[in-house]
Amino acid sequence: MYSKKVMQYFLHPKNVGEIKNPSGVGEVGNIVCGDVMKLYIKVKSDIIKDIKFKTLGCAAAIATSSIITEIAKNKKIEDALKISKEEIIKSLGGLPPVKIHCSVLAVDALKEAIYDYLKKSKREIPIDLKKNHERIEKEKKIIEKMYGKIKR
Amino acid sequence: MRRIYLDYAATTPLAKEVLEAMKPYFYKIFGNASSLHKFGREAKEALENSREFIKKKACANEHELIFTSGGTESNNFAIKGIAFANRKKGKHIITTKIEHDCILNACKWLEENGFKVSYLSVDKEGFVDLGELERTIRKDTILVSIIHGNNEIGTIQDLKEIGKICMKKGVYFHTDACQSFMKEKIDFDYVDLVTVNAHKIYGPKGVGGLFIRKDVKIDPILHGGGHEFSLRSGTENIAGIIGFAKAVEIMKEMDIENMKKTRDMIIKGALEIENTKLNGPKGEKRLCNNANISFIGVEGEAIVLRLDEKGIAVSTGSACSSRSLEPSHVLLALGLKPEEISSAIRFSTGKETKKEEIEYVVKTLKEVVKDLRKISLLK
Repeated sequence: MYSKKVMQYFLHPKNVGEIKNPSGVGEVGNIVCGDVMKLYIKVKSDIIKDIKFKTLGCAAAIATSSIITEIAKNKKIEDALKISKEEIIKSLGGLPPVKIHCSVLAVDALKEAIYDYLKKSKREIPIDLKKNHERIEKEKKIIEKMYGKIKR
Repeated sequence: MRRIYLDYAATTPLAKEVLEAMKPYFYKIFGNASSLHKFGREAKEALENSREFIKKKACANEHELIFTSGGTESNNFAIKGIAFANRKKGKHIITTKIEHDCILNACKWLEENGFKVSYLSVDKEGFVDLGELERTIRKDTILVSIIHGNNEIGTIQDLKEIGKICMKKGVYFHTDACQSFMKEKIDFDYVDLVTVNAHKIYGPKGVGGLFIRKDVKIDPILHGGGHEFSLRSGTENIAGIIGFAKAVEIMKEMDIENMKKTRDMIIKGALEIENTKLNGPKGEKRLCNNANISFIGVEGEAIVLRLDEKGIAVSTGSACSSRSLEPSHVLLALGLKPEEISSAIRFSTGKETKKEEIEYVVKTLKEVVKDLRKISLLK
């Protein structure tokens, strides 16, 4: 079952919603179970000043979305990129084995939002981030095949 | 905190009368029914009286009732027992895509051991196509196994019409009636083997039975001292069997009526929420206590856990629980969309479910779905 921390974040998620005129948006789908996560960031002087999310998914998906917004808030872009799935899992007091992929989803969503921000502001994109983006794009196509196009 | 249980299709509490009936059989009439002495004879008498009582209540005149450890064992016994006893006649079995896992996995195991299995599809409401069934029966078909009342979506199959086809074609017909026993009419005249159990009708867990028509050729899967007409060895669970018989005895028409009434209330209330869908049959061919509803735009597991926090117990029986990611094979077989499958919730009512409880559940459900949709991407 879920840890107390997961339940706490699932029942009372932080930073739910959208940001008007965001600096960057990251949207990722989960190849394993069809969950969808969308993350908005507002960046000032390379610091994530505001961050919000919307997630369609299970308790673990909602909890990981919520906690990554808390961890990333007020972090420098380069530091936010260092947030790992291990850090997410640890800060949630663990995840059930079948739900580890949810933490990957949250990390990916943040990376995609930063990718979007760097691209929009015509900044240089680190090679790892670019590769990550290409992988996610590929997965999105597979997800669309499996689950149909994501509707809003 | 107020606690409301709406997961009676998973299991029911033991009825007080059942517990009282069972008590003496743990310490007073505790004998082994195979023993020759009085202790044993008393146990044997209790066993046989229970057997006859349940058979009579079920109107199963041409069947023997073999007691087992529950639905899973009965289903395994029926599938494997028929397969092995009749494998010289043929090695083909027909079942459906909406069976309980114990039927599907028993069939899978038989497939790994040289048998062939056909899985019938169902329509949007979960009904088997009788024409398809007839066309699927081959010369080497030995068994048709079709669930009576589906545990997830509540669809009740027409045992009589299926049975007629099986009779005409000369193949055995087994039905898993774990959810429907004592709730819906079971036409024993048209079914060769019927799986039943106790814990879905306020009896104890760990007891069930398989009704077997007396001329059916079946092998045991548990070999031993020759108990239960040499079809199921192992010292009989007398207390459990007594409890099973008592559970059958106390089931009343008004209990069924209450389940139906509260089921209909939950369906009506839940469908008041926008963007919802009732899964399974639309009409009266639905289990008296089953409601299965999709709440598009949220995930079933999230609803279950949010309701649980408010003291309400329901079930997903579907995708993405903390234990498994597999989408429900039953909802998949209905041809539902992925977002309908992952957002499905099963409510199952009981004989003591109250109107006020359902009102509270519906009110809470509306809040929970609204709140989760605020988090969700899908509107």
